Amino acid sequence: MATEPLAAPVGSSPVPAKPFGDSTFMRMVKYTALKLVTMAFTVTIGVYLTIMIANMGGYVDTIMRNEIRDNTTQAMLSLPANRSLDRDVLQKLIQDKIASQEERLGLNQPFAIRSLNYLKNSLTLNLGRALNMTSDNGSKEVRLILLERLPATLLLTGSSELILFFASVFIALSLSRKYGSWLDKVTIAFSPTSAAPPWFYGIFFILIFAAIFKVLPFGGLVDSPPPDNSIDYALSVLKHLILPASAVIVSSIFLSIYNWRTFFLIYSSEDYVEMAKAKGLTPRDIERRYILRPTLPTIITNFALLVITLWTGFTITETVFLWPGLGITLFRAIGLYDTPVIVGSTIIYAYLLAFTVLLLDFVYALVDPRVKVGAGSSQ
Amino acid sequence: MNTIKNSFRDLVRYPSAIVGMVIISILLSIGIYALATIPYSEAVRLWRGGEDVWYQNPKYAGPAWLNYFNSKKEPVSFAVSTVDEGMKKVVNPADKDVSSVEITYSFDYTYDTFPQEMSIYFNTTFDKKLPFVSIAWLTPDGRKIRIADTAVDKKFTYRFSQDPKLQKSLKDDNVMEALYKDPKNPISAPIKGTYQLVISGATFEKDSDINAQFVFHGGLYGMAGTDKYRRDLLLPLLYGTPIALAFGLLASLGTALLTMIIAAFGTWYGGWVDELIQRITEVNLVLPFLAILIMVGTFYSRSIWLMLGVTILLSIFSGSIKTYRSIFLQSKESSYIEAARAYGASSTRIIFVYLIPRMVPLLIPALVSSVPSFVFLEASLAVLGLGDPVLPTWGKVIDDAFTDGALYRGLYYWVLEPAVLLMFTGLGFAMLGFALDRIFNPRLRGM
Repeated sequence: MATEPLAAPVGSSPVPAKPFGDSTFMRMVKYTALKLVTMAFTVTIGVYLTIMIANMGGYVDTIMRNEIRDNTTQAMLSLPANRSLDRDVLQKLIQDKIASQEERLGLNQPFAIRSLNYLKNSLTLNLGRALNMTSDNGSKEVRLILLERLPATLLLTGSSELILFFASVFIALSLSRKYGSWLDKVTIAFSPTSAAPPWFYGIFFILIFAAIFKVLPFGGLVDSPPPDNSIDYALSVLKHLILPASAVIVSSIFLSIYNWRTFFLIYSSEDYVEMAKAKGLTPRDIERRYILRPTLPTIITNFALLVITLWTGFTITETVFLWPGLGITLFRAIGLYDTPVIVGSTIIYAYLLAFTVLLLDFVYALVDPRVKVGAGSSQ
Repeated sequence: MNTIKNSFRDLVRYPSAIVGMVIISILLSIGIYALATIPYSEAVRLWRGGEDVWYQNPKYAGPAWLNYFNSKKEPVSFAVSTVDEGMKKVVNPADKDVSSVEITYSFDYTYDTFPQEMSIYFNTTFDKKLPFVSIAWLTPDGRKIRIADTAVDKKFTYRFSQDPKLQKSLKDDNVMEALYKDPKNPISAPIKGTYQLVISGATFEKDSDINAQFVFHGGLYGMAGTDKYRRDLLLPLLYGTPIALAFGLLASLGTALLTMIIAAFGTWYGGWVDELIQRITEVNLVLPFLAILIMVGTFYSRSIWLMLGVTILLSIFSGSIKTYRSIFLQSKESSYIEAARAYGASSTRIIFVYLIPRMVPLLIPALVSSVPSFVFLEASLAVLGLGDPVLPTWGKVIDDAFTDGALYRGLYYWVLEPAVLLMFTGLGFAMLGFALDRIFNPRLRGM
């Protein structure tokens, strides 16, 4: 998490961190461990709930049964000793084998016990095999199909979220200084535009920049055919990234700036800021020490919430821009009724969200003085 | 009562609130109009209808108002019939059972491009002897072109472009061009003026009759245009309004109220109840909202009302429950609560009569501001192919347009019409919510 610009004031913070020495470190470890355990627990429950929802219609069972049938049939057919067998005999043999496999995997057990098995498989990312979809190198493993898509998703979310977040915080900070200027008013006037999701702006962007002006591609990750040399490849990806990323950024930047601006305005009317102004500190110092520093935990919490909403919001944006990420895979899976992929991506999303929450909890612990002095670990 | 009046007076001071309220009331009236004029079952029937319902409309036709912007005027589709007196029909009884039927229709053609297709749908009644018709076409420059002579069955469709005999007699494969262009002029452009279609028929029985419907497929149609299946887009645009409003309002109201009630119970009883609610909120934060909705849509049902229920259920335990909790924790310690306890009020009474009403000012802006996100959620689900299979909604139109590559093919109206409506709905509620937030949130006043 590239929070350097915001985390910079930590060293110069007025909170006395030194005297606590080792015990601060120990508290941090304890806090992190506690958070890890809580998060692991939360993820487990979340994934279990997902399985319960999916299995209400018996779909996880179907996934398992299909996998067993595929594997067993293939194994039996490829065995040279079985080639000379009569068709009916071979069929019977296969059926028997499938039945025993199902028994081995506990498909004849009650659901309560089985669901725990599914939970174990899911948590270890043993997501089974896709019904129709294949990964780019031909594998039917759901895990491979999904992991292959992760980099594209991370590229899009990562670039757009970071730009969005830092741009809005810094623009807001400068706007809160120029409170009441026309720029300020324009931002306020535009903030209701954030009611629409990114894919919605995507439609307009495609219409304007791809269909009418023909300056940027309609969608996809790279040109077709992909350029051979890696610099051209990167440039091509960048060109394709512009529209989806700007759709994401434009869709929430105005509201984001507005919220931060209001937030900073409230904090800059605090008494201690007035005091700092009276002392004659430079505006830069006031901003860093008296406005940014105390609001850092809130800023980070908001960042976490932003990341969480954006993870899920990308399914449709990716679909609209044909961006080959997790979202479009999910979209294709819906079309093909490929249940293992749908359940699998739900689990991957759960992991990504949990990871985000955990990471941000950790960063939170770094910047929140209450955690350092030990008050935070009790709650 | 007075506070409501005061708030309203405050509200009128904000231009954004006025604009928002105007937009919302326009949408509400469209919604009421749609529900009043098109019954639910009729909307579903029309939306699911195929060729038999929509044969009168051309495919992929833009809205008629596009002609105001086009330099080349495209013909606007229409359909006229003898049944509703749109076409003139004169019946002359001749001999005993024989009578002649003369159907004429003339129309002005002032467009710069050729139509897609013209068809005549005959509907005749007879017992044994088939009626006979001959169709003729009169152009503005006085030519008379014989189109066809044919016996007509009870249901008979004559399509101009698909008649090989006509192609041969016109010496042109493109019948539409041949019928409209000037044969002496080398530039292929339609002659502007009054065209006339003359159907002269004869019936050979006592109660025999001929009715005809002339269907003209131009490049444009109606106020909203048509889609791939010839459906009039006005239907989903109109009927989508009450659906979008109902989904948005019910989801935000349900979520906000339930969140508040649960938060109030949690804080009031404290202990394990509170702890449980907190843990559920954390688990819910990890659950991927859209992915779960997709799973429910794929595995169970795509009914919009089930989706609404799941949406509310998943949105209850969100971040706002923590905000409410912290405020309830403060007001729990207030003296008026203590007073209520002293006179022996029950827990439920305290929660519903003393705790929750105090939160209404906070609830209203949050409620209004969250409507757009739910309206867009419905559209998002439709774009994912998880829209309600039977109901015409805005999202469904966008989904159809995308599946058909409308943007690549230049059919911008198809995407833009529902998109603009969505945007208006979003803007209306966002602007009102924005003003409400400033009124009810004293810290924001004057900022």
